[in-house]
Amino acid sequence: MRIQNHPILDFKKGAKVNFTFDGVKVEGYEGEPIAAALHAAGVRVLSHSRNYKRPRGFWCAIGNCSSCNMRVNGVPNVRTCVEPLQDGMIVETQEGKGKIGGVCDG
Amino acid sequence: MDKAEILVIGSGPAGLKAALSAAEQGAEVTLVERDPFLGGQLVKQTHMFFGSKEQYAAERGFKIAEKLSREVEAHPGIRVLCDTTALGYYDDGVVSLEVKGRFATVKPQSLIMATGAQENTLMFPNCDLPGVYGAGAVQTLMNVHGIIPGKRVAMVGAGNIGVIVSYQLLQAGVEVPAIVEALPHIGAYHVHASKVRRMGVPIYTSHTVLSAHGKDSLEKITMVAIDQDRQPVAGTEQELDVDVLCIAVGLTPLTEILFQAGCKMVYIPELGGHVAMRSDTLETSVPNIFVCGDVGGIEEASAAMVEGSIAGLTAARNFGYGKDSYEDQLAAARRELDSLRSGPVGEKIRSGLKRLSSFGEVTQ
Repeated sequence: MRIQNHPILDFKKGAKVNFTFDGVKVEGYEGEPIAAALHAAGVRVLSHSRNYKRPRGFWCAIGNCSSCNMRVNGVPNVRTCVEPLQDGMIVETQEGKGKIGGVCDG
Repeated sequence: MDKAEILVIGSGPAGLKAALSAAEQGAEVTLVERDPFLGGQLVKQTHMFFGSKEQYAAERGFKIAEKLSREVEAHPGIRVLCDTTALGYYDDGVVSLEVKGRFATVKPQSLIMATGAQENTLMFPNCDLPGVYGAGAVQTLMNVHGIIPGKRVAMVGAGNIGVIVSYQLLQAGVEVPAIVEALPHIGAYHVHASKVRRMGVPIYTSHTVLSAHGKDSLEKITMVAIDQDRQPVAGTEQELDVDVLCIAVGLTPLTEILFQAGCKMVYIPELGGHVAMRSDTLETSVPNIFVCGDVGGIEEASAAMVEGSIAGLTAARNFGYGKDSYEDQLAAARRELDSLRSGPVGEKIRSGLKRLSSFGEVTQ
């Protein structure tokens, strides 16, 4: 959910853009973090823990904790809490450690 | 490889002031920031600052960030690199960087570390459920990106971050049914705590979160009273329906590069963890490496700015810049720090610094 009126802040947003999350079309604003756009769209589960597959969400919002790592345009382990959203991005839930060019597998 | 007279890592309150102070003396400064914009965590702080006019009293944190960032960007002696993450420090004094997705190296003659801190977690069953977030993270989501984290938010921690973020949640139209604090007292400045109390938010001191519940994300927490030994008191469990739990239980300095550089580090609980030993002008055991702000010990932004000035002035002085005015400016900064750290609110930092000095003088 987005804040409509704030007593102190005035939010300057980029252009409205479309991207996909696991194949589903989602709207967001260009330049905001991918995870923020997903949160605004009600998506809270961003990844799963490696061994027990527990759902994981946003935690630190500064690119430190890796809880929000996802695959973006085919690139694994993107820190979506700091990666700016761009039009047409393909955002996917990542399982395991992620593959880089098919070389490495989790 | 690039060269730099002074490299400042991090552009929060400490780093911005360090860069400005050094550049004003005539030094050439490179300032790196991993975010696409300057300001560090100041950019999400909507509350007004205390202290004196020199410390930007009665101004909101994000306004201070805007003002200092403009000064830094306009200064001809400062090269600003945003979207730039410092990756590591090597034996020959080279710092590796990721600059807008590309690898680069720089060899500074002096390094000012202003990397800040990260939020601590808290362990309880299901503490990893989506919906359990760092309080600072929620502050970023709300105040920088304009997105509310949920409908009903419980806060763990009645220190400054806990109560300030609770107030900001209320400002954004979010319900805050409880602030849970393990200590028997409220740690925050009472001016902040009183605001949330006046708005009807209960602060449960001597309480903790026993567990979180939910399938794919948080739906409910169980809180409980704790005794003097921090053990749960049977029969005092209470359930609370919330979709977000914010954790505001302190911060840990981001010291990786200081360890890599071989700075002598000591563990000081009151300062948030391992911190670098340093001289009274904030120079570590490795000559020409300085610390300022939260990386040297968790405090608040006003003190971080003054520390930034001390580090910047001294780093510049070490290369012969601003020798004539140095002592006076240093003395003025020291007086500001002393006043910020005086009184009951400065007790923790004073005790941490005392413990740090008990390890002896820093030697190089």
